[in-house]
Amino acid sequence: MEIIEIKNLIKKFPVGKGEFVALRGIDLNIGKGEFAGLIGPSGSGKSTLLNIIGSLDSPSDGTVNVLGKSVGALSTREAAQLRKSSLGFIFQSYNLLQVHTVYENVEFPLLLLKYDAEKRKKMVMDALEWVGLTDKVKSKPPQLSGGECQRVAIARAMVKRPSIVLADEPTANLDAKNSHNILQTMENLNKELKTTFLFATHDEKVINYLHRKIFLLDGKVEKDELIRSN
Amino acid sequence: MIRFLIKGLIRDKSRSRLPIIVVAIGVTLTVLMHAYITGFMGDTMEMNARFSYGHVKVMTKAYAADAEMNPNDLALLDVQKLVEDLNQQQPGMEWAPRIQFGGLVDAPDENGETKAQGPAMGIGLDLLSPNTKEIQRLDLNRSIIRGNLPQAPGEALLSENFSQKLGVNPGDDVTLIGSTMNGGMSIYNFTVSGTISFGVDIMDRGSIIVDIEDARMALDMQDGASVILGFLPDGFYDNHDAKQLAIQFNSQQNYDEDEFAPYMEALGQNSMMGTYVQLSEVWSVYISLVFIFAMSLVLWNAGLLGGLRRYGEVGVRLAMGEEKGHVYRSMIIESFFIGLAGSVVGTTFGLFFAWLIQVYGIDISGMMEGASLMMPTVIRTRITPVDFYLGFIPGLFSTVLGTALAGIGIYKRQTARLFKELEA
Ligand SMILES: Nc1ncnc2c1ncn2[C@@H]1O[C@H](COP(=O)(O)OP(=O)(O)OP(=O)(O)O)[C@@H](O)[C@H]1O
Ligand SMILES: [Mg+2]
Repeated sequence: MEIIEIKNLIKKFPVGKGEFVALRGIDLNIGKGEFAGLIGPSGSGKSTLLNIIGSLDSPSDGTVNVLGKSVGALSTREAAQLRKSSLGFIFQSYNLLQVHTVYENVEFPLLLLKYDAEKRKKMVMDALEWVGLTDKVKSKPPQLSGGECQRVAIARAMVKRPSIVLADEPTANLDAKNSHNILQTMENLNKELKTTFLFATHDEKVINYLHRKIFLLDGKVEKDELIRSN
Repeated sequence: MIRFLIKGLIRDKSRSRLPIIVVAIGVTLTVLMHAYITGFMGDTMEMNARFSYGHVKVMTKAYAADAEMNPNDLALLDVQKLVEDLNQQQPGMEWAPRIQFGGLVDAPDENGETKAQGPAMGIGLDLLSPNTKEIQRLDLNRSIIRGNLPQAPGEALLSENFSQKLGVNPGDDVTLIGSTMNGGMSIYNFTVSGTISFGVDIMDRGSIIVDIEDARMALDMQDGASVILGFLPDGFYDNHDAKQLAIQFNSQQNYDEDEFAPYMEALGQNSMMGTYVQLSEVWSVYISLVFIFAMSLVLWNAGLLGGLRRYGEVGVRLAMGEEKGHVYRSMIIESFFIGLAGSVVGTTFGLFFAWLIQVYGIDISGMMEGASLMMPTVIRTRITPVDFYLGFIPGLFSTVLGTALAGIGIYKRQTARLFKELEA
């Protein structure tokens, strides 16, 4: 079953008086439970594609269906709804809320979903368990290491058990040990919860974990390698 | 969600402390400024009321047309009866007949020849009847420089400067040369019982203060008065009440038949004082507007800075599926609480400082020399109920407006752009 269907996606950015074509006709399908990555040099369009899939940006042409919804046709409200219910994001620079505790950071997506306190507590503790941070609930991001911060970010992305997690260069700020640690965590979650993971990366360590490697070059899919099916 | 926002607000000092301090300072100034202006303008008005205008003033219709000239030929007669009527109609108010007159004061030497002479402004008021309120009203006891208040008919007070100019001391005799009510010349002798200084320049230049019965005698005004000053029951001028009173009183008179019928004028209807009264009423609005404007600018900038710092937070919240409108609204709500906190702190401080100045006063007599309007020489604030909420208007308005303006920048941005900035 395909949960991301992309047909002839074109993305243009206005630059000065002209425009810059960042994605030049992408065709791509991603199925439920995949552990896939967009790989390519800087400027190849990885983040742009990830943002469109995440309904943070819209296509200039072509269609992008995420969980059966056409991203280009969504209102901002509907896009927010899609992100809230079904998508998780992990960023290169963690983007945790600095003044809030680990617990509160992970709880935030559940507040948006208006879950009741008891349910939130259970889900937050589960998520922190997955990433091994149950002893840091009361800490705040400035007191954590980079690896711990990224694990909080993973817990935050996973806590609502989204269908898809989009991770843009999640290991760029981490050393090798921490990188492997969080990749293993994500791989386990992929296996246990059947969450679809889509990475954007040029980090060898990440690439080695991927079950599917989608190579981008100049806004086009250059190569699509299935390493291992799930 | 609310608790989440409040936690963020309290923990993020740059989001809460700085704006609260800015708001508190602005609100303090607003409250203080308002209490000061109320106090200063109120004192000025009360002072003018006590010396010459009353809260309301009764005179003949004819006198009213030329009141600033003290036309005593048009003065009120049958004053005792009129005061009785007024007392009956307006219980609680105080009525004070006055004679205001001009003349020459002549100081003779031992031989009765003129030693020195000078023009004087005279006031005749009730100094001698046992329960007169006039002495207290003009604070005469405290204004005495040398000698005493008049104790008997034929005694007068001179302003201290004037007595020095004339070379007159308490106990000396002076002659008042003026004109009677009927236009004849009047010459009347007084013994100077004491000298006086009000600290009000125009009163201290050349005044002679006598008992109203002496003034009546001197100016041939039996049972007459230039004006009858009326003072409202709670002692403070209230423009609305005073005007109502005047309108009501005047509607009972028939001026077509009798140009000497009594006519009542409120302080705020007076050509000199009216502008002042109006000014004092709109002042609070002006101050609030100025502070709203100035503080909004400051807080807008603070809000912009805060907003820029918070791009990351906004981006993450959007990514997690919060709607833009919700993020924007929550920032506005935050700013409302900031404004509320700042206003509470600012109002507290403002009231405290205003209270200090109300109790202790600031002496500005040095700056008041040569002033032609009667103004108090000690600045005193006056705290009125308005001061308890006035500061909240600029306090809340400016924070919310500042955030709203700053927030539009974030709001208008493409979600994806926010992300670029947040990843950078
Ligand atoms: N908002 C924008 N306006 C103009 N050009 C843009 C915009 N966003 C991206 N681009 C351009 O589109 C191209 C693809 O950008 P993108 O961020 O997707 O690259 P990337 O593959 O993620 O690179 P990196 O590995 O450096 O993150 C780049 O050349 C970039 O300059
Ligand atoms: Mg990128």
